[in-house]
Amino acid sequence: MSSVAEKPNWFSRLANPGQFLIWSRLVNRPLAVVTGLVFVAGLYYALLHSPADYQMGETVRIMYIHVPNAWLSQFVYGVMVVSALGSLVWRHPMADVSMKAAAPLGAVFTGLALYTGSLWGRPTWGTFWEWDGRMTSTLVLFFIYLGLIALWRAFDDQLRAGRIVAVFTLIGAINIPIVKFSVDWWHTLHQPASVFTPEGPHMPMSILMPLLIMTLAFTLLFTSLQLLSMQVEVRRRRLATMEKRRAYAAGTPN
Amino acid sequence: MTGLGPHWVFIVAAYLGVALVTGLTIWSVVASARRIEARIARLEAETRPHVVAAGRPN
Repeated sequence: MSSVAEKPNWFSRLANPGQFLIWSRLVNRPLAVVTGLVFVAGLYYALLHSPADYQMGETVRIMYIHVPNAWLSQFVYGVMVVSALGSLVWRHPMADVSMKAAAPLGAVFTGLALYTGSLWGRPTWGTFWEWDGRMTSTLVLFFIYLGLIALWRAFDDQLRAGRIVAVFTLIGAINIPIVKFSVDWWHTLHQPASVFTPEGPHMPMSILMPLLIMTLAFTLLFTSLQLLSMQVEVRRRRLATMEKRRAYAAGTPN
Repeated sequence: MTGLGPHWVFIVAAYLGVALVTGLTIWSVVASARRIEARIARLEAETRPHVVAAGRPN
C-alpha cells in the first residue's frame, strides 16, 4: 500500500456532491446575470435590428426562438446520455442527479420547439402540423422525456430508478440521429439543415448573428437551470437522509 | 424592423408563449430550491439546535 494517499483529480473534486454545492452556488448569480444580458442583446437583434426575410417576411423572427429550443431539445438529451453513461459505467451519484434534473428541462425545451415550430409553420407552410420526419421524431422525443420523468417518479428507491432511467435514456438515444438527419433522409416539409452544414451556414450574417446570440442565451439559461435543479436534487436527497435518521432516532427505544 | 405585417399574431403568440413557459420554469426551479432550503433549515433547527445556534457550516 502506498504511503502517499492519492489526491482526487479536479473532476472528482468538482463532482463530489458537497463540493458541487459550494462551487455551483457561487456560480448561480453571475451566470444568471450573464444569461439575462445575453437575452437582452439577443432580443434586441432578433426583434429590432435584424431584417425581414425576403421569402418569409417578418415571421422569420419566430426562428430566433424556435431554433434555440430545437437545438436544446437534442442537446439536453445529449447531456442525459452522458449522465446515463456516468451512472451506469462509473456509478457516479452526480450523474444520476444530472440525469434527473435535465429531463424536465428537456421536456420544456422540446415542447417549446414544437409550439414555436407549429406557429411558424402556419404562416410559412399553411399548416400548424404535418406528420413529417422532423416533426414526428421531435414529438417522439417529447414523449420520451415525459416517459423518463414518469419513470423517475415511479420508484421510491432513487438508486434503482437511476439505473433503470439510465438504461431507457440510452435506448431512447436512438431517436436523436433520427431527429437530426430526418430532413436529409426523407424529403419532408421541414427545411433541411441551414446552420450546421459542411458548406457553412446558408443564411446572411444579419440573420445568423441574432440566431447565434439567442442560441447562446437559451443554452446559458439551460445551464443555469440545470445547475440549480441539480442543487435542489442534492439537497432533496440530503433531506430524505435527515428525515430517515430522525424517524429512526424517534423509533429507537431508549 | 418594417412592421409586423399580417402574421403578427403568430410572432406575438410565439414570443409570449416562450416567455410564459420559460418564466414558469425558472419560477418553479427557484421555488423548489427555496422550499427545500427552508425544510432543511427547519429540520436542522429541530434536530441539531446547537449547530444552528453556532452558525450553519458550509
